[in-house]
Amino acid sequence: METGELNPNYYPARRAAAVVQHYLNTRYGSPYRWMFLGNVHNASSEDVTEGRKYQLELTIQEMISNVSGPCSAELLFPGAGTPQVQASCDWLLPNNTRAQEEAFYQQHRDSHNLVSGDRIPDSYGHMEPTMKPFWHLGGVASSFIMLEQSNQSTLYNMAQVANFTQLETEKDQLRFQYHVLLHEMVSQEIIHWKMLITWSPAEGVKVLQTDLQPKCNCEDPPDSIN
Amino acid sequence: MKGLLVFTALFVAVFGKETFQGEPTDLSTPVDIRVPNIHLQTVKAFLEAEDIQYYIMIEDLQVMLDEEQEQMLKAARTAAPRTTDDFDYSNYHTIDQIYAFQDMLVAENPSLVSKVVIGQSYERRPLTVLKFSTGGTNKPGIWIDTGIHSREWVTQASGTWFAKKIVTDYGRDTALTSILNKMDIFLEVMTNPDGFAYTQTSNRMWRKTRKPNPGSSCVGTDPNRNWDAGFGGPGASSSPCSETYRGPSAHSESEVKSIVDFVTSHGKLKSFVSIHSYSQMLLYPYGYTKTPCKDQNELHNLAKKAITDLASLYGTSYRYGSIINTIYQASGGTIDWTYNQGIKYSYTFELRDTGRYGFILPANQIIPTARETWLALMAIMKHTSDNTM
Repeated sequence: METGELNPNYYPARRAAAVVQHYLNTRYGSPYRWMFLGNVHNASSEDVTEGRKYQLELTIQEMISNVSGPCSAELLFPGAGTPQVQASCDWLLPNNTRAQEEAFYQQHRDSHNLVSGDRIPDSYGHMEPTMKPFWHLGGVASSFIMLEQSNQSTLYNMAQVANFTQLETEKDQLRFQYHVLLHEMVSQEIIHWKMLITWSPAEGVKVLQTDLQPKCNCEDPPDSIN
Repeated sequence: MKGLLVFTALFVAVFGKETFQGEPTDLSTPVDIRVPNIHLQTVKAFLEAEDIQYYIMIEDLQVMLDEEQEQMLKAARTAAPRTTDDFDYSNYHTIDQIYAFQDMLVAENPSLVSKVVIGQSYERRPLTVLKFSTGGTNKPGIWIDTGIHSREWVTQASGTWFAKKIVTDYGRDTALTSILNKMDIFLEVMTNPDGFAYTQTSNRMWRKTRKPNPGSSCVGTDPNRNWDAGFGGPGASSSPCSETYRGPSAHSESEVKSIVDFVTSHGKLKSFVSIHSYSQMLLYPYGYTKTPCKDQNELHNLAKKAITDLASLYGTSYRYGSIINTIYQASGGTIDWTYNQGIKYSYTFELRDTGRYGFILPANQIIPTARETWLALMAIMKHTSDNTM
């Protein structure tokens, strides 16, 4: 493994930077705030006693507002277990999405009309406009899993929301059951996960339970019930 | 309670049970009903008199049905274009539609385009290559393939656009005309038709071929790990259940072997471009080894030019470099083999996007993707042509 300055366009820096992307989603993500990796500007790494440490300067893009900004991050890939990330992106303040999040929250908080959906996006990349925030939410929640599963030999993206079902609101948190397909670039595998998640503007996204689904070698997962 | 019983009795008596959506269940659960127009006023009056709350979900069902019918007719009309000018490049198509497109293109441009069947897929689908040629024999050639990994739908879609672009620009665009006067272009749009069919019928995320593996319940080989370049080394899997399964032996897949045979018997290909998605990268050999290929400098500089041209259209940003440095170690890959056969300008593209939509790229990005990629292809083809006797 290269030590010292890394080529920011080659895969070691990119994989580390993707972990930062997932970390930021777990901290700041919402149905109206979903972060993606832009360019990596600088990267270096070295072996430390706990594992392998990376220093990165990168650009992060917030997908919904289409705003990009710089972040610096330090990340540790331990011998085993979840990567440890510290990142500062001063421009990522939780202010500009407040109104949309609040409206969305109020709209779905009342458990009279529980929402569900499947195949978001569909095979053609299409989704109904009303499904978009649930797509974003699925992506943000998936980042919790992708962060935890990441190591120096992986690069994760969420490929699709297979289905989601809204459950009864509890303790002022919207609750959802999600089935997501994650794409891992190095193995090229599609990995199915189910998760139980909650969200509110105040508490952010939380993942209560995750369930790796067995690899199926078969057809698309079943549609949600509704 | 009385209201509900009367309500139910009235409807059963007058309309029959079919008008209800579901059985009446309890007092608090709403019931949907469809009311024929002639009974509309009677029903409304009854509901109001009995103080039963209602709201209208659909004003006129017939209007909805008419609109749906219109949509279906429209879909039926657009599903069978009569010419390649009618073909909808901004949408994804079925296997049959793409085969039909290829035949139409040949029929419309008989002096420029011909169809070459280079083999059969495992499920016996024709492996068809469009040959763009201004005539002559023994001309050097350029190869482009799309759809070798079936789930990468923007690639097959771009392939159809490239095919049309070539016939449109020949005789109009100086650079392309000059290239075609000197060289033939070969374009295989559906390089993995079995996999493509499977993505449409069963599993949108299918990548590999559809050939069964004896002794395993898992189907398929990764056609981009099946080439005889570093075959068996790290960077591919030996497990049939894996997405990067190399296959039982090099060139075991007919989809791969048919291209190998074509390349070998042609003998004069000067450029080979294999198109994938996603990641926005332009890659050159090697994938199986860190040893730089001997033409690394030239290939690197050409890649830089190509992605600069690509970015000039919409600002789409690509990374570039050797496979093993830029994305990962991969053995048995297509362009490692073609490069080792002496086809210097061997490149792999990874088209849009970088992970937001991934394989399921919205159809409205097909044409922008094809257009920007074309600029990169032109840079590669032009350089190839300029450097070919």
